[in-house]
Amino acid sequence: MLSYIARRLLIAIPTLILVSIFVFVLQKLLPGDPALVLAGEERDPEMLAFIREKYRLNDPIIMQYFYWMKAMLQGDLGISLRTRQPVLDLIGDKLPVTIQLAVMAMIIAFVIGIPAGILSAVKKGTAVDYIANFIALSGLSIPNFWLGIMLIMLVSVHLGWLPASGYVSPFEDPAKSFQTMIMPAFVLGTALAATLMRHTRSAMLGVLKADYVRTARAKGLLEHTVILKHAFRNALLPIVTLSALLFGELLAGAVLTEQIFTIPGFGKLIVDAVFTRDYAVVQGVVMCTAAGFILMNLVADVLYFLLNPRMRSSL
Amino acid sequence: MSAVISAADPAEETVKPENRAWKKLKVNRSAQFGLLIVAFFIIIALAAPILPIDDPLATSWSAVRKAPSAAHWLGTDEIGRDILSRMIWGAQASLLAGVVSVFIAVLVGVPFGLISGYFGGWTDQAISRVTDALLATPFLILAIALAAFLGPSLTNAMIAIGLSAVPIFVRLTRGQVLAVKTEDFVEGARAVGLTHTAIMGRYILPNVLAPILVQATLTVATAIIAEASLSFLGLGQQAPAPSWGSMLNVAKNFMTQAPWMAWWPGAAIFLVVLGFNLLGDGLRDALDPRET
Repeated sequence: MLSYIARRLLIAIPTLILVSIFVFVLQKLLPGDPALVLAGEERDPEMLAFIREKYRLNDPIIMQYFYWMKAMLQGDLGISLRTRQPVLDLIGDKLPVTIQLAVMAMIIAFVIGIPAGILSAVKKGTAVDYIANFIALSGLSIPNFWLGIMLIMLVSVHLGWLPASGYVSPFEDPAKSFQTMIMPAFVLGTALAATLMRHTRSAMLGVLKADYVRTARAKGLLEHTVILKHAFRNALLPIVTLSALLFGELLAGAVLTEQIFTIPGFGKLIVDAVFTRDYAVVQGVVMCTAAGFILMNLVADVLYFLLNPRMRSSL
Repeated sequence: MSAVISAADPAEETVKPENRAWKKLKVNRSAQFGLLIVAFFIIIALAAPILPIDDPLATSWSAVRKAPSAAHWLGTDEIGRDILSRMIWGAQASLLAGVVSVFIAVLVGVPFGLISGYFGGWTDQAISRVTDALLATPFLILAIALAAFLGPSLTNAMIAIGLSAVPIFVRLTRGQVLAVKTEDFVEGARAVGLTHTAIMGRYILPNVLAPILVQATLTVATAIIAEASLSFLGLGQQAPAPSWGSMLNVAKNFMTQAPWMAWWPGAAIFLVVLGFNLLGDGLRDALDPRET
């Protein structure tokens, strides 16, 4: 087991190095003198020379990469041009907010997506199946920022039930925090619910045809016991793996959701950084996202391994 | 009698896969519905210059944020521009972005996938690791980062979305090639001494096109949402040129005063994306050789 994880970690290293090269090359895409960009409004030649020296812009590009990489490995992702704070601190501040949003969205996605998928598979070919499929496809097609705007207009503006924006930490006021986050989490969760529903349906359709399900039925077990205990447990495997992989989609969705509901999270951080030309922050966010995604992939593999008895006995 | 049967049998077997797929597609109601939606938007986008609509850029201070009426069917925006006309011109930006970025992704991704799958070994390892690295960054975040560094414009948004979608096509093509390259006809082509390029182009590529077509259709849907998202964030189509995403970006500031500004662009994105998704799903069912 440990050797398996170690092997997967080793494969992740070249991937991370390549991501870091992309992220580094990004800043070379910027037109013009990077020192001028880094200096912002500053045009003092001495200041520019200082920046060139500080960021070693006079060195060959390969060396620049190594310096950058070395700093990053020591946890130094650079300094935000806008707030003058270390990028790592900024990310550390914003990440918990996005994680709260993501976890809530994931719960909503599970609660809607999985039962809908099971129901749709069990009732394959009936009106229930068609309706569930159509709703799922609509969930995939609806731009979540539009859904957010529509919900704000309905729930906040017309009905006045929930606040339209803002953020309260769950440690300060859990109830208020829930109120401000439930609508964004729902918006973020719908697309995931749709993906989960479609995968649950096809996984369930696969196992419902299996011999052991027929045997369970032949034994005279109740239909819901057959479906939940025998079929669903086996269909769960691909669903668990998929959920870990949906992490990327969740983060990307969070960028837009946080923008609409003005939630001060990870997604808002990157958008604000883009507009203030705070390139170190953009690079830091991309790097952290990739690292997180690779980690989630690893978690997915390990979970798959733990959940699948056939794989366990093969070692 | 036996002659009749033996003559009929091969005829039945030689039904081309394309024809069978077409037959399946013709009875698939939801795919037809998808095609209808997509065709509707394409026609509207192409006909924009000749339709009797207002200038999408013409402002009118006497018609600021007017609700839908006989004069302005979908209402007007914050500086009195006709929303219907901006919607129609915006369709051009959205469809163009969807199609062009997928075109870029296919043009770059498919050759790399072909090479990676066909040659295997070291080349495959190198291409696959780069693909992994690109896939490790979520599509939209990669596109945002690229758009940020390339500068905000519709063209750069298309490039950013296209490049972000490249790994999807590399991986798909590679997997398909791995399955096809062990087939007898490829062995045969190799045995008669055809060049690698000829084998890939004439024997492998045509046999992997079906799943690429399905993926491309579904990716157009993703790309349209991505363009709208980038424009919504201000990284795509720039003002005053119309695009559905940027219209929503402005509309979110007038949710209480002019809600109609937000209704239409979002509904249009939803419909056109739904159309491509339905069509893509239908194509997949029709082209899947496993389903009969």
